[in-house]
Amino acid sequence: MAQKIKESKWMPILVPIVSVLVALLIASVIILIIGKNPLLAYLKLFEGAFVGRAAWADNITKMTSLLLTGLAVGFGFRAGVFNIGAEGQMAVGGMMAVMVGINMGNVSPVFAIPITIFAGMLGGAFWASIAGYLKAKTGAHEVITTIMLNWIAYHIGNYLVSGPLAVGQGVPKSPEIAKSAQLPPLMTIQASNVPSGILIAVVAAIVMYIILEKTTTGYEIKAVGYNAYSAEYGGISISKNIVLTMAISGALAGLAGAIEVMGVHHRIFGAFTSGRGFDGITIALIGQNNPIGIIFSSFLISSLRSGSNSMQLAGIPDDIVVIIQGVIIFFVAADRIVKTWITKASTKLAKEGEAK
Amino acid sequence: MSWIEAIFATLASPLFYRLTILSALPLVFAAIGGVFSEKTGVTNIALEGIMKIGAFTSIVFAIKFDNPWLGLIMGMLAGVILAALHAYVSIEWSADQIVSATALILIAQGLVGFLMIPIFGHKGQTNLVAHKLPTVELPIIKDIPFIGAIFNDLSIFFYFAIIIIFASWYLIYKTPLGLRMRAVGENPKAADTLGVNVKKIRYFGVLMSGLLAGLGGVYIALGDIGQFIEDMPSGKGFIALAAMILGNWNPIGAMWASLLFGAAEAMNIQLQSMLTLPSEMKALLNLLPFVITIIIVGGFVGKTRAPAADGQPYEKE
Repeated sequence: MAQKIKESKWMPILVPIVSVLVALLIASVIILIIGKNPLLAYLKLFEGAFVGRAAWADNITKMTSLLLTGLAVGFGFRAGVFNIGAEGQMAVGGMMAVMVGINMGNVSPVFAIPITIFAGMLGGAFWASIAGYLKAKTGAHEVITTIMLNWIAYHIGNYLVSGPLAVGQGVPKSPEIAKSAQLPPLMTIQASNVPSGILIAVVAAIVMYIILEKTTTGYEIKAVGYNAYSAEYGGISISKNIVLTMAISGALAGLAGAIEVMGVHHRIFGAFTSGRGFDGITIALIGQNNPIGIIFSSFLISSLRSGSNSMQLAGIPDDIVVIIQGVIIFFVAADRIVKTWITKASTKLAKEGEAK
Repeated sequence: MSWIEAIFATLASPLFYRLTILSALPLVFAAIGGVFSEKTGVTNIALEGIMKIGAFTSIVFAIKFDNPWLGLIMGMLAGVILAALHAYVSIEWSADQIVSATALILIAQGLVGFLMIPIFGHKGQTNLVAHKLPTVELPIIKDIPFIGAIFNDLSIFFYFAIIIIFASWYLIYKTPLGLRMRAVGENPKAADTLGVNVKKIRYFGVLMSGLLAGLGGVYIALGDIGQFIEDMPSGKGFIALAAMILGNWNPIGAMWASLLFGAAEAMNIQLQSMLTLPSEMKALLNLLPFVITIIIVGGFVGKTRAPAADGQPYEKE
């Protein structure tokens, strides 16, 4: 019986759900410790994320980039690559999109938009490929190289907006990209724009699903991720696949940066990624690295993020969301603990059922 | 001053060597912490998070109780507690160690950010502590030119580091415990067959990594500037991982690698003050340590070798 539950096809969905619930419970205890009311905190969180049109617009704006960084990390995971560098790749993607986008003045949007998007994806792909290449050629662990590349991207971004690309006074920022390269809003609700980038992000998720599940390339990538040695024995080139995986993963993160620039601020500020590359790790893990799962998990995290502002107004520091994310990842890593809980609970339920 | 002149002037100044040592200190502690964990077969990329918790806790206690020594102890203890979570799920539940460590980095970051307001009333940075940990004056050496300028009045952490480097080398390579650690990291099954308690040894390794990385965090906050800033340790935990790899999972090697990264940081600081550059160009020099890390990890890592069972959960059959 216990074994049957452990192997149940529901487990991949149950583990993240239970992890989220446990994380919320632990966060409640932490909120209680500083003398605040966790129920009030979660109520504010809910309001900030879902009540009113502005909340929804903000939520969907946040979800767009999170969905893409989640896909970026998830795609890497499928191939056995731990791309912790979505942060830097997103930043480079945004920088490239700005540098190309400000020059699109006389170009028709029909060309300007795809060219600018492509520039962002290329930037992210290039940035990630550095780590992929080093891993394939010298075995340098991608966790270290991508973290270093994050820092380098961060400093280059700050340099660009206070040096070559700087405009205006005050907060260092780049010029706006040309009108023709800006993504039109999907709809405008009382001064809140719902960006059309969400459509691109959802399409990216579906494309990734098709690549992974229906193509030979996807099969090879998954085979390398599952067991690199037997994949090589089966005639799949590991090093080619690692570079390719990193490039695709980086392109997705770069797309996040480009869409953010083109649809939201139309420019970059220094370090504009503000942790969304790291959020991608949480999202990929909760979504079990499945593109469709990632659509749902990115919505979960974007709701936490957009709700955290109104929680902060109620006096609860928004960092609680980061703790919640950390605890979720912790239990996803230790999924066996969660599986054991679920198995025990369901066995108990089954026994009680029999007793009746 | 031209670039070449500035580089030579830097190399000729005792301040450069002093800064190299001081910048290397937190890396030495955290990198040797990493050595302890990985020698027993558990990777611990959470060093960054452990340093953060250590740095924050040390300042909290040093300020609240006006006692830097209490800060030191509590900072290390906080590191041990965070590492214990990693040890528990890695050793008892065969968790994915990279994922678990990533979780701990987030938890550390969130927890520190969360506690800043209730404890200090504001975010960003804390007040300065009234008393830092002491520096050590060297009677005769301080009068020797150049050498004196480098070594006199160094933080007491410098002496901690020297003791830890050699003590951990001795422990790992010359004692029965060290032999067991290496056996567990290379071939846990064989070690188990010979009656070594694999779990116990792994707990020891991971908890030591928490203690030492915590100490590294204490140094950057309490030993150096005497306050906690929210973006501390700004990547040093990851550079320490690189130092551990470059140092071939050996405490002495980790020391040399840390000194190399320390030199990159010192060069960055010195060049920023010497070169007459626009400020945005100076900010770009901050890239130096990270670029050097990538070049080194990318170029040399083929020649080093991790313990064979590093990152592999072990389960008794």
